[in-house]
Amino acid sequence: MKEDLVSAALAEPGMLAQCSLERWDRLIRQGRAARLLGRLAVLLEQAQLLASVPEAPRRHLVAMRLLADQQRIAARREVLLIREAIGRTGVPVILLKGAAYTMAELPVAEGRAFGDIDILVPRVALADVESALMLAGWASIHRDPYDQRYYRQWMHEIPPMQHLRRGTVIDVHHALVPPTARIAADSDAMRSACIPLEGLPGLFVLAPADMVLHSATHLFMEGEFDAGLRDLADLDGLLRHFGRDPAFWTRLGRRAREVGLLRPLFYALRYARESLHTPIPAALMREAEAGAPSAALRPLMDFCFRRALRPKHHTCANAWTSAARWLLYVRGHWLRMPLHLLAVHLARKAFKREESTSSAPEAALRR
Amino acid sequence: MKLSDLSESSLRDRLAGEGLTLRIAPVAARIRSEVPAVAEGLRLHYADYELLDGEAFCDFHIRISPPANLRRWFRRQVRFLHDGISPFEPMPWEHAFPVFEWGLNWCMANHFHQYLMIHAAVIERADGRAAILAAPPGSGKSTLCAGLVARGWRLLSDELALIDPRALTLTPIPRPISLKNESIEVIRRFAPAAVLGSVSHDTHKGAVAHIKPPRESVRRAAEKARAAWIVFPRYQAGAPAEPKPFLKARTVLRLAENAFNYAAFGETGFRALVGLADACGCYEFSYGDLGEAVRVFDALPAGER
Repeated sequence: MKEDLVSAALAEPGMLAQCSLERWDRLIRQGRAARLLGRLAVLLEQAQLLASVPEAPRRHLVAMRLLADQQRIAARREVLLIREAIGRTGVPVILLKGAAYTMAELPVAEGRAFGDIDILVPRVALADVESALMLAGWASIHRDPYDQRYYRQWMHEIPPMQHLRRGTVIDVHHALVPPTARIAADSDAMRSACIPLEGLPGLFVLAPADMVLHSATHLFMEGEFDAGLRDLADLDGLLRHFGRDPAFWTRLGRRAREVGLLRPLFYALRYARESLHTPIPAALMREAEAGAPSAALRPLMDFCFRRALRPKHHTCANAWTSAARWLLYVRGHWLRMPLHLLAVHLARKAFKREESTSSAPEAALRR
Repeated sequence: MKLSDLSESSLRDRLAGEGLTLRIAPVAARIRSEVPAVAEGLRLHYADYELLDGEAFCDFHIRISPPANLRRWFRRQVRFLHDGISPFEPMPWEHAFPVFEWGLNWCMANHFHQYLMIHAAVIERADGRAAILAAPPGSGKSTLCAGLVARGWRLLSDELALIDPRALTLTPIPRPISLKNESIEVIRRFAPAAVLGSVSHDTHKGAVAHIKPPRESVRRAAEKARAAWIVFPRYQAGAPAEPKPFLKARTVLRLAENAFNYAAFGETGFRALVGLADACGCYEFSYGDLGEAVRVFDALPAGER
C-alpha cells in the first residue's frame, strides 16, 4: 500500500525536515482530504519546524491553520449562543467532541478543523431543548419524513438543526451511544460524572477518561470514516494530554470496564499506537486486550481499520480500500439496527445517493 | 517554456495523459482533461503562461472529465474535479472551458487563505495606481474591466482581488476576462483587437465568452500593485459616467460583503479593509457608456492619503 504521509507526519513531525517537494505534494493533498492540515501546522509550529517548510506547501498549512483558528472563535461564540437559547429551559448542556475540546481549552483543539457542534442533553428534556432551539432560529435540516423517522428511531441524536441566519449546524444527542446498539454502554454513569466548565454556568464536559471513551466509541462503533484519521488524531491528542498524569491510565482502563466500553478502547489504543505512535503504558495495553475481538475476527478488523483510518485519498489507498470502508459502513449500521431493517435502509440509501443534489458553482464559490 | 511553445497535438496529449502544469501567477496548477474544448481554451487564453515542467509541488490538481454514467455519451456532460472531489454538479460538455475557469475560482476561494479574497476585478493604470472594482455578478464589472484593459490598463484579475492582509498589496492573478450576454457584443465593438474565445451559450449565467489576457499583463504577473481606488461599479443604461464619493465606513462593509473569506481573518481582515479604504479614493460609479467610463477612469485623481 502506498504511503500514508499524514499519519507519519503526525507521529513524527521531524520526518518532514527532509521531505522532498514531491512528497510534500502528496502530504498536502492527503492532509486536505483528512482535514488535518491545520492540525499539522500546529504540530510543526510546536516542533519549531514550520518556518523550514518550503514556501509552496507552507502556504497551504498556514491557510488551513488560519481557518481553524477562526472556526474555533466562531464555535465558542456559537456555543455561548446555544447556551443562551437552551438556558431558558434550565437544562444542563454537556458539550461533546470538538466543542468540548475547544471550550475546555484542550491542546487538541488547536488547529482542529471544525464541523458541527455536538451537545448532549437528558432524553426527557429533548422536546424542550428542541423547541428552545427552534425559537432561537435553528431548524431541522432533514425535511424527508424517512430521515426524520430514521434519526428519531435509530440514532442517539435528533436530526441535525441548522441556524437559519448563521448556517451553523448543531447535533443534539440524548445518549452517548445509539439506544439499540449491540454494545451496552452505561451512558448514565458517564453523564453523571460530567464536569462543569469554569466560568460558564450551564455548560459541562465529560470527565477525561469518559471523553476518551466517547471519542473512541464514536470513531470505532459508527460507520463513517471520512474523517477517521482526524478522529484518531483527536484520540492521540487527548491521550497524550491527559496521560501526563500517570493516574489517568489506571482510571481509563477501570472506567472502560465499568461502563462497558473496553472494545472501543482496545481499538483506540491499538490503532493510535500503531499509526500515530501514541505512548501508551504496556499495562493498559494488556488490560484492554480483554476487549479485543475474537482471534478469528481480529485480522478482518485490522484489514478494515488499517485502510479506513488513512486519509481518504487515492495516493494512500489500494484496491481494497473502498471495500474496507464499505464493510465498516455496513458494520456501523449493523451495530445499531436489526438485520432486516438494515437491508431496507441500505437499499434506500443506495437509491437516494443517485438523486442527491449539490449546489451550483456560484453558491459553491461563495461557500 | 510557454504553453504556446507546445504544438496542438502535444498539448492535447499532455492534458489527456500525465497532465499539464501551468504557473498561473501565485498558483501552480496541474490540469488533466481529455475534453477538446479545454485544450482549445487553454491554447488560446493561456498561451503566454509559463509551463512548469517536472514541477514536483502543485497547489491544485484539476481534472475536467466526462461523468462515469450515460451522460458520457448521451447529452454529454463534463465535471470539474479538484483532486478527486467534485464541488459542483456536472455541466454541459460545450461549457467545458468556462467550467475550468469557474472551477479554478472555486479552488482559489476555498483554499488560498493566505490572501484576503474579494470578488472583484483589479486593474492598474499606467501610473502604477490600481483600482479594485468590487460588485456582485451582473453589475458590469467585467465589462468595465475589459474596457480598461483594452485601453492599456494592466490586468491583475477579473474575478479575485488577492489582498495581503498585512502589507495590503494586491497580488496579480491575470486570467481570461469572463464576459456575459450583451457585454460580449459591447466589447467586440469597443475593442475589436481584443482576442475573444468561442461563446458558450445557455450556461447558468447565460452566454459566456472569455477575453485573452494581454501578454504584457501575464509577463508582469509577479509584480504586486497598490490600490489607489475602490470602486463599486454599476452599469445603467443611459446613465452618465459619474464617480460619486462613497463613505469609507460603508466601503469597508461593502468590501466585506463581496469577500470570499473575510470571516477567516477575523480582526486582521477588518483592519485590512479599513486600511485599504483609508488609503484609497472610494466611489460608487454608474455608467451607461463604456468609452465615457474609461475616460473617467483615465482621469481619476490620485488616491487620498
